[in-house]
Amino acid sequence: MTEAAATADALPASPAEVAPERDLFTKFDALIAEREALMATGVRDPFAIVMDEVKSPTLAVIKGKETILLGTYNYMGMTFDPDVVRAGKDALDAFGSGTTGSRVLNGTYSPHKDCEEALKEFYGTSHAMVFSTGYQANLGMISTLAGKGEYVILDADSHASIYDGCALGNAEIVRFRHNSVEDLDKRLGRLPKEPGKLVVLEGVYSMLGDIAPLPEMVAVAKKHGAMVLVDEAHGMGFFGPNGRGVYEEQGVEDQVDFVVGTFSKSVGTVGGFCVSNHPKFDVMRLVCRPYVFTASLPPSVVATAATSIRKLMHAGEKRAHLWANSKRLHGGLKDMGYTLGTETPQSAIIAVILKDQTQAVALWQSLLEGGLYVNMARPPATPAGTYLLRCSLCAEHSAEQVETILAMFKASGQAVGAID
Amino acid sequence: MSDRATVFETVTRQIEPFNKKQVALTEATTFQGDLEWDSLTVMDFVAAIEDEFDIIITMNMQAEIETIGQLVDAVMSLKA
Repeated sequence: MTEAAATADALPASPAEVAPERDLFTKFDALIAEREALMATGVRDPFAIVMDEVKSPTLAVIKGKETILLGTYNYMGMTFDPDVVRAGKDALDAFGSGTTGSRVLNGTYSPHKDCEEALKEFYGTSHAMVFSTGYQANLGMISTLAGKGEYVILDADSHASIYDGCALGNAEIVRFRHNSVEDLDKRLGRLPKEPGKLVVLEGVYSMLGDIAPLPEMVAVAKKHGAMVLVDEAHGMGFFGPNGRGVYEEQGVEDQVDFVVGTFSKSVGTVGGFCVSNHPKFDVMRLVCRPYVFTASLPPSVVATAATSIRKLMHAGEKRAHLWANSKRLHGGLKDMGYTLGTETPQSAIIAVILKDQTQAVALWQSLLEGGLYVNMARPPATPAGTYLLRCSLCAEHSAEQVETILAMFKASGQAVGAID
Repeated sequence: MSDRATVFETVTRQIEPFNKKQVALTEATTFQGDLEWDSLTVMDFVAAIEDEFDIIITMNMQAEIETIGQLVDAVMSLKA
């Protein structure tokens, strides 16, 4: 190939300036200005962290500093489990690096079917369908289940993937106040009786770490003839006797029609799924566009997921330790005077609510410099316009690590004036 | 007073608690531009309007409503 051809194909190094009224980026100017102002104060960018080394589910090296990880959703610490890693390596050797195809064409290998078998064993359901991400599982299920003239009724604090599933589909969308049984009942009561309805709930709401009153909400949904989908992304692994999620812990397994989940939290890799006992469930494989029109997961990924899921079925001790960690961190932070997302520890997520962006970033940075990584979350991801630092615990955090974390929160909180 | 005028009056009464800037309210007043409401305020206000008139304004409909006049029209058609 000649030099001239190579340069002719490249994008221009310094493109001509576009007039502001024609530049599609103009609508982002306010956000760009806000970020530039924040960065000008000398803080590190909370949304551009790079982990140079990852030593374990709870420890990484960031800019040369050994850092405790407290914001990974790696609840059950399966990412370095020897059996899980082995399964991935074996599948990589046996099946190669990727499928290069859709699940409905050339992209279903035996490890994909085995992974769906593992899900059926774990959830005790007759059907399981694996998507390429949890985001796509919600996108696909919600947009496909509720069609034109039908209704999706969702909680106001729903995850972005649920909102995006609504936006992708053609159904009418109605939202109710977060976790309000009364508000859900009222809204369902005002809808016409005939059209099909899907009520979408989450077991654990991930921003504040609070759980849903599922028995009451599911009862209301059923009273009005709606089907129910529960997203257990943050509940899988450590709620309920079998770790199925909040819906199992609260005893409504026989009333939930669809459970959506992810492999990128307790399972420790990437991917999403939906399980159900609906006799016609398998037709989803043909009509669900986010399932059909994308490549399937690499065989190594589904092999690690299947191994991890089967191990999570017998992880009672890990679950108990994770709960102990969550209770200790919640109690310790509360005693220091922090405002938390929930009065009592309800999940493995503990949200520390700060007064504004400046305070949130200052505390986040101070913790990071001390060797602790947590998630920084801001509107519009957070409810009620709050700025918060979200901590998610891992079953592999030792009791000593939790004490170290508490000491870091005390020192940093006092240094930046977040606590007395 | 016509039905529409009654609805207009009820809607503007429901806006007042959220009208932090004390903007003068007309048919053409916009929620985002003039009242500068964020998505959370919109949600609380919509819930108040729904309860007041015992109706549902779906998110699909909300996306089409920019002014007070359009909201009054929507309430009129939903009540019908």
